[in-house]
Amino acid sequence: MKYAGLLVMTAGFFLSITAIVLYSAATPRAAFVLCGLAVQGLGLFVAVRAHMEARGESRS
Amino acid sequence: MNLQAALPLTDAAFALTLVLLLVAPLAIAGVALINTGLGRSRSAAQALVGNLAMIAVAAIVFAVAGAAFTGNLTGTPGGAGHVFYMAGKPWNWLGAAPFLLGGLGSAPPTSQLALVFELMAVAMAVMIPWGSGADRLRLSAGLAISVLLAAIIFPLLAHWVWAGGWLAQLGVNFSLGAGFLDGGGAATAHALGGISALAVVWIAGSRRGKFPKEGLATAMPGHNAVYVVFGCLLALVGWLAWNVAGAVIWLHAPLAALPVTAVNTLLSASGALAATFTVTRVRFGKPDASLCANGWLAGLVASSACAGLVTPAESIFIGLAAGVITPLLVELLELALSIDDPSGAITVHAVGGLWGLLAAGIFAPQQGQFVAQLIGIATLLGLVLPGVYLLFKLLNRVVPFRVDQDGERIGMDLHELGGGAYPEFVIHRDDSYR
Repeated sequence: MKYAGLLVMTAGFFLSITAIVLYSAATPRAAFVLCGLAVQGLGLFVAVRAHMEARGESRS
Repeated sequence: MNLQAALPLTDAAFALTLVLLLVAPLAIAGVALINTGLGRSRSAAQALVGNLAMIAVAAIVFAVAGAAFTGNLTGTPGGAGHVFYMAGKPWNWLGAAPFLLGGLGSAPPTSQLALVFELMAVAMAVMIPWGSGADRLRLSAGLAISVLLAAIIFPLLAHWVWAGGWLAQLGVNFSLGAGFLDGGGAATAHALGGISALAVVWIAGSRRGKFPKEGLATAMPGHNAVYVVFGCLLALVGWLAWNVAGAVIWLHAPLAALPVTAVNTLLSASGALAATFTVTRVRFGKPDASLCANGWLAGLVASSACAGLVTPAESIFIGLAAGVITPLLVELLELALSIDDPSGAITVHAVGGLWGLLAAGIFAPQQGQFVAQLIGIATLLGLVLPGVYLLFKLLNRVVPFRVDQDGERIGMDLHELGGGAYPEFVIHRDDSYR
């Protein structure tokens, strides 16, 4: 699951890059880039959840 | 501040910047002291020796190979590099300078200063994850991490940000302000170090006994508050030099703008300390020394991104926000997210650095600067974090990160160095091992 989360974060990065290539107007560009960052936040959430689950199973 | 075009440095500016860069290692010394003080007494010598060894390895590796990939020593303004074309735009992704610092003596003065700055930044970047892996990260693993960061990851990022790479060119190619701005290494040193710290903690796991089967996380307070607080004072001196030198080298600030950069650095740290002091006073009834130190450091880290770009009032706000976030996030990471980060590096360096970079975009007057900063942040989170985690995961198979159970029980000093930092002290029995 951690790898899935990190992969989603990479997808968010490419979404942000796509925004600056596709749009030249400031508002849609900023909105699209923010969407990319939101996707990255989702990926980070998944990765952190995966870490918590792994820790829960191996608590000493 | 209006960003100036890169002009040849006057002799006075060159001399001033060089002197500042010679003072900047005090920031590294301060962070090393803070990390050591926040760890346990039985690992204190290993922590400091590890810092020294990692800095030495990083300096050599960067000089041999990393500087070539960074690409500042090409003699070309802004550096030269390998370029591919996408959507009709050039994407400069890798530096192309000679190996072994070839051409250093004949490079333009600005390139020489840039190289010294990068050496300091790579030293800072490699020691940040070492603090997070305190009490369980093996010395050999720390050195291997240092090699990886100094040879590949830092040079790539530094090229993108500082040596005419695609992030620096966002302004030219996509009309995004002045391109991604990082005047003091908030992205290249601090965010990279903090992200590496997260990867280390994820891979090495928590200290034994930190998260028991039942109940809350075990408190493992730092062993020396004096080291921690003195480290903060030392860090301030280094940071003032670091940010002012960075403003000259990377933001091409005129000499008249440098006092504001220094004032902003101090104000950001002060705002952060005031906020952390207040938050911990309200949360726990008394201010917490180690969290206040982390807050101060987070203010300094945030200032690395924006001290040369914002006004003093904005610096206070940036510091206040960093100081509020720091204690709350340290608590969240430990109690809710099971992340054992003894030095608080993930909060201080990763989140503090990212906040500073974002704030630089919020307060910068240039059109499009906010989006340029967001792209830089997206790169750190979407490319650097997954890349670092994957590389560290592979490295962990070759050089295991975590010390064995016996080593963790007797302490890293005895296990790895054969002697403790405080041989005349009586070491208390550790209840977490019962």
